[in-house]
Amino acid sequence: MSTITPEGAPDQEQIPLNGRAHMPADHYLNSYQGREGHTWKSWLFTLDHKRIAILYLVSVTLMFFLGGFGAMIVRLNLLSPHGAIVEPQTYNRMFSMHGVVMVFFFLVPVIPAVLGNFFIPMMLGAKDLAFPVVNLLSWYLYVIGALVGITAMVAGGVDTGWTFYTPLSTQYAYDNVSLTIVGIFLAGFSSILTGLNFIITIHKMRAPGLTWFRLPLFVWAHYAVSLLQVLATPVLAITLLSLAVERIAHIGIFDPRLGGDPVLMQHMFWFYSHPAVYIMILPGMGVVSEVVACFARRPVFGYKFVAFASIALAVISFLVWGHHMFMTTQSPYASLVFSFLSFVVAIPSAIKVFNWTATLYKGSIRLDTPMLYCLGFIGLFTIGGMTGLHLAATGTDLHLHDTYFVIAHFHYIMVGGQVMAYLAGLHYWWPKMTGRLYPENWGRTAAILLFAGFNLTFFPQFILGYEGMPRRYPVYAPEFQVLNVLSTAGASILALGYLLPFVYLFWSLKNGRIAGPNPWRATGLEWQTPSPPPTFNFDRTPIVKIGPYAYNPEADELADARDDMERARLEYEETRARLAEHEPEREETASGV
Amino acid sequence: MASETEVLDYEVEAEEEHEHLPFLHHHFDDISQQRESTTLCMWLFLATEAMMFGGLFFAYSLYRWMYGAAYVVGSKHLNILLGSINTLVLLVSSLTMAMAVYNAATQSAVPDPNVVRRKRRLLVSLLWSTWILGAMFIGIKGVEWTTDYREGLVPAVRWNFYDNPQHVEEDHLAESGVHPDQVKMYFVLYFSMTGLHAIHMIVGLILVGVFIRLSARGQFANGNDQPVEIMGLYWHFVDIIWVFLFPLLYLIGGFTMNRMHL
Repeated sequence: MSTITPEGAPDQEQIPLNGRAHMPADHYLNSYQGREGHTWKSWLFTLDHKRIAILYLVSVTLMFFLGGFGAMIVRLNLLSPHGAIVEPQTYNRMFSMHGVVMVFFFLVPVIPAVLGNFFIPMMLGAKDLAFPVVNLLSWYLYVIGALVGITAMVAGGVDTGWTFYTPLSTQYAYDNVSLTIVGIFLAGFSSILTGLNFIITIHKMRAPGLTWFRLPLFVWAHYAVSLLQVLATPVLAITLLSLAVERIAHIGIFDPRLGGDPVLMQHMFWFYSHPAVYIMILPGMGVVSEVVACFARRPVFGYKFVAFASIALAVISFLVWGHHMFMTTQSPYASLVFSFLSFVVAIPSAIKVFNWTATLYKGSIRLDTPMLYCLGFIGLFTIGGMTGLHLAATGTDLHLHDTYFVIAHFHYIMVGGQVMAYLAGLHYWWPKMTGRLYPENWGRTAAILLFAGFNLTFFPQFILGYEGMPRRYPVYAPEFQVLNVLSTAGASILALGYLLPFVYLFWSLKNGRIAGPNPWRATGLEWQTPSPPPTFNFDRTPIVKIGPYAYNPEADELADARDDMERARLEYEETRARLAEHEPEREETASGV
Repeated sequence: MASETEVLDYEVEAEEEHEHLPFLHHHFDDISQQRESTTLCMWLFLATEAMMFGGLFFAYSLYRWMYGAAYVVGSKHLNILLGSINTLVLLVSSLTMAMAVYNAATQSAVPDPNVVRRKRRLLVSLLWSTWILGAMFIGIKGVEWTTDYREGLVPAVRWNFYDNPQHVEEDHLAESGVHPDQVKMYFVLYFSMTGLHAIHMIVGLILVGVFIRLSARGQFANGNDQPVEIMGLYWHFVDIIWVFLFPLLYLIGGFTMNRMHL
């Protein structure tokens, strides 16, 4: 990343034309606090939210590939009904690793810690998050947690799944449960600190004139996410601590021998982990709101509804955890209430989907890469959400509980939703983060490849689950093989789709076209500053007078005309300069003849 | 118009003054923004702490509802005298902490250097008192835990109290239908809750210790008193947790003279 060098004259005036724009001479990547910015020290001790976001980007990507490795082993093993490549014990450890890494070390931090960290202060017109030191601390906690987690996996891993249900995890599981828990605990603490920082920043650091209803929906979504991170994660912390104590001391509050209830652990676990599902989707919804508005050139339809739907999701998500326990000792009356509330939580999600669709209606839609990902998101999220209702209904859940239907359902939300949205956001803001554009055609190819691969991987799993294939088993009945092979084939396309952006985004760091401050002609404060931005984001604190999505076709036309004029002027000047250069030569030639 | 000009002058003046404040971080516009942000952050952090303790309180409530009689039996083994003294010690430590916060906030109010020096010394001694009271609490807690250990009431470490049939007899376990393991669960919760609380007390003691050094150096003079207030919030929070723990763990067994363990 540090290889980006300023090109052309260090011109303060940015020319808003792709290909002709200059990189600013000093930006957050090449200088830090007025000093040389390429040193290790300037990165590892940085307090700049943008640099911390890049640190998170690198570490989260590494964890993604680790979790992906686990998924690969699982899918390959399921090629054959008897387990194609690994022993059942290894299989258990692989799917547990996949779950633990993807949930706690990838999906939870991915959008908030990378895109949120980078763009929330910029969208607010602030110089930084409210507590830069806390922000850096949260990255260190994350890294230490990840290292502890990896150590536990290298030492043999866990075979409990990512849910650590008792008494399996406390009495029967193989070693490394406690070590894994320590890693998750640290990552959770990091997540709490990020949430705290966001809430305070959104409350206190907004630029003059930036009222609550002028905030981009990305910020609203992150406000809701932060509330969840702050209020739910501590419950996971105490649950895991109690679990670790019980595992180490062989006695604890979930121990049935003392009259303890293992289902209590499930209640406490899902009190965190159900809101955590929304920690893993709300940020994606924020990204989609930004991208859909920009590439449909229209303000988001029903802004306030979308904003409050985020808050509603955050609130209701605290009240539905019991739908994970329809099949336990939970009273049927409690299940009924949880079932009802789980249906209620679909309403704000549906509001969002309908409002994005309405935003597209009569928009001037451009199908650039971020938009392709977002359209994918809307479709896949809808399928994921609708199948969720099957699981929220107590009757059908009886049949579908712990089958591949559940796996397919939440992968449609987590991968089809959050990961798609993350890639949309990453492409959308890549020019802002690096100052360079990614190659558009490769981007579109990857987006389409991912969409196809994803559906081929997970749609067969709905059928498998409906037909009764249970999750977590290394073996299955022979009649399920065709669909499993299809799913594995899809997974390999999916893997290719993930490697592609990794490669071309890397390539674009050096070779991408210079982006200029606002290549998408997007509204929003983050685009009002050079790309990459200077360390303190804005030379002068901006004053906000309008809402976040002031897109309109007339303004676009005007801007187009202005660009054409600017291009013509530049060409004219260049031609004149060239002529002036060649003039004496021409005269010489003329006289020579 | 006149008043508007005045306001403007004041703002300009204020800005000039802010540039000299060494503890104003660069990314905040002014000191009030920084103060409000920090206070809000601490309250929110305390909310996360409340949720964390909340998990244990939830488990406590559930099992108390399930095994109420066993809880009463377990509670009777706690020393109500030491528990009461500890409650008093903590409440007084909250008082000294509150006085320290007030003192820090007002230490530069009077520009007389003698007053400032006297107030600084007062601040240091108030923080010292808080620290000593906090350490007393941990000490007394230690005495209680040692007694529990000697009696064999520590699950997983030394649990043999009910190996003695006389104890089973004395606690009327058979009559009230209480299984010794249910009492054990009470003690698991007792040690989890007071243990987590003690960890927070120790963190508090470390913080107060650091603040004693810093305040002796005059770190919190000239308007930089907010860190003391923030630390005070944490201290009061830990005290409040104890205010809930004391009745829930000690008092549910009812009061008799022999529970004073005199």
